[in-house]
Amino acid sequence: MNVNYFPGCTLHGTAHDFHDSVVAVFKALGIDLLELEDWNCCGASSAHVLNPEAARKLPARNLLIASASRLPLLTPCAACFHRLKLCQDHLNSRPEDHPDARAISAVEVVHVNDLLLQKEILDIIGQRIKLPLAGLKAVPYYGCLTVRPPRAIRHPRPEDPMEMDRLLSLLGAEPVNWSYKTDCCGGSLAMTRPDVVRRLSGKLFEAAREAGGEVLVTCCPMCQANLDMREREIERETNTSFEMPVMYISELVAIAMQLPETRTWWRKHLVDPLPMLKSKGLAA
Amino acid sequence: MTMPLRPDDGSFLAEVERLSEVPVSACFHCQKCANGCPVAYAMDIAPTVLIRLMQLGQRARVLQSETIWVCASCITCSTRCPNDIDLAHVMDTLRRMSIREGSVSLPHVRTFHEAFLNAIRTHGRVHELELVTRYKLKTMTFFEDMKLGQEMLLRGRMRFLPERIKGRKEVRDMLSPPPARSETKSAL
Ligand code: SF4
Ligand code: SF4
Repeated sequence: MNVNYFPGCTLHGTAHDFHDSVVAVFKALGIDLLELEDWNCCGASSAHVLNPEAARKLPARNLLIASASRLPLLTPCAACFHRLKLCQDHLNSRPEDHPDARAISAVEVVHVNDLLLQKEILDIIGQRIKLPLAGLKAVPYYGCLTVRPPRAIRHPRPEDPMEMDRLLSLLGAEPVNWSYKTDCCGGSLAMTRPDVVRRLSGKLFEAAREAGGEVLVTCCPMCQANLDMREREIERETNTSFEMPVMYISELVAIAMQLPETRTWWRKHLVDPLPMLKSKGLAA
Repeated sequence: MTMPLRPDDGSFLAEVERLSEVPVSACFHCQKCANGCPVAYAMDIAPTVLIRLMQLGQRARVLQSETIWVCASCITCSTRCPNDIDLAHVMDTLRRMSIREGSVSLPHVRTFHEAFLNAIRTHGRVHELELVTRYKLKTMTFFEDMKLGQEMLLRGRMRFLPERIKGRKEVRDMLSPPPARSETKSAL
């Protein structure tokens, strides 16, 4: 099976580790990711502020490239996913705004969680688990952009998504219940208001710890960067210690499948997941 | 606040509603948006108060507020509003109105977004290292987060060279002319 793949700028940059783990996991599952030819930036958190028309046209170009084949379009970046879905939602109600509106709307846009949860793929993962993540108290953190706005994302449970909860259970981990699944980490303010990011992310770490979590699990490169980069600062500022790594769901799938590539990923994290993984018997 | 809340002729509210295509006047002040807003604590005017001020035609106070630039665009408000008022999208509309009228309260936020779009214009994709450097030079905040930047470089999380796409010109045309006058719905 093949799918079209739109990594987006972040996965080709600061979140290259997310890209690597997604590629490794799907390769091991027998799915080839065909990177879109000559893809462009989706406009992310800025085009919609300054130039709403560009915020529609930028993702439309990528969707049009993808529409040349009938394959689903996988994008692991929550912001890209969100912008692509909003573009389609807009063109569904106003096809007159783009000459290729029908082709663009017809592309099936999927996020990593959606693809991993497809029945056939779930079955393969189930068979390939070599090292269940037994006893790992994992905190599923979804953030904003894979669930909101529910109108465009068509998410059935925008206040209580369950995708990563289900995946984590399948991997043998214990998904932790908490009330902050879809709270904002301050993502779009990463550069402009780091104080707000520290406050919002700090709340998440605290709630995750309160819930007994040992690792925060994310499916968004902005959430991962914000939390991982600011964790030490937050600890210093609040005179506390969380010692909680922030990992991608794909990284955990890779550990459970014992993919050899995992070893090279941990050094990319500012808060090293290795001590936690070792203590759980998940790394040598 | 000493400014009297004297309603205008309704033209400000009408303009916001026309540009955003969001029926701001339908708000009945249940406070759900403000209560769920993660950034309300950092705003000078709470989200529901901002709406009330729009209804009362307080153009200057709304467009000069920090609120519209501190909003994190998390869309929690729009998701929860019982009247389907897309406040996150209205925030975008207000930001552009505030730019047009030269009343931006937190200019560095605007600078960031401009630097971001310029990055897309240059390569068709955003080169993060270049974006961060340009933004920091422009806002004279080079020393803020420097350690963090160094660590990102050290860990190989920053790409040194930009990627350029073939369709640069096509993408550049999408981004200019700058902000279209007719606005469209759906946070687009
Ligand atoms: S949630 Fe909607 S109706 Fe309630 S105060 Fe906010 S905008 Fe008004
Ligand atoms: S979109 Fe802005 S106003 Fe709405 S809840 Fe999020 S931060 Fe608050």
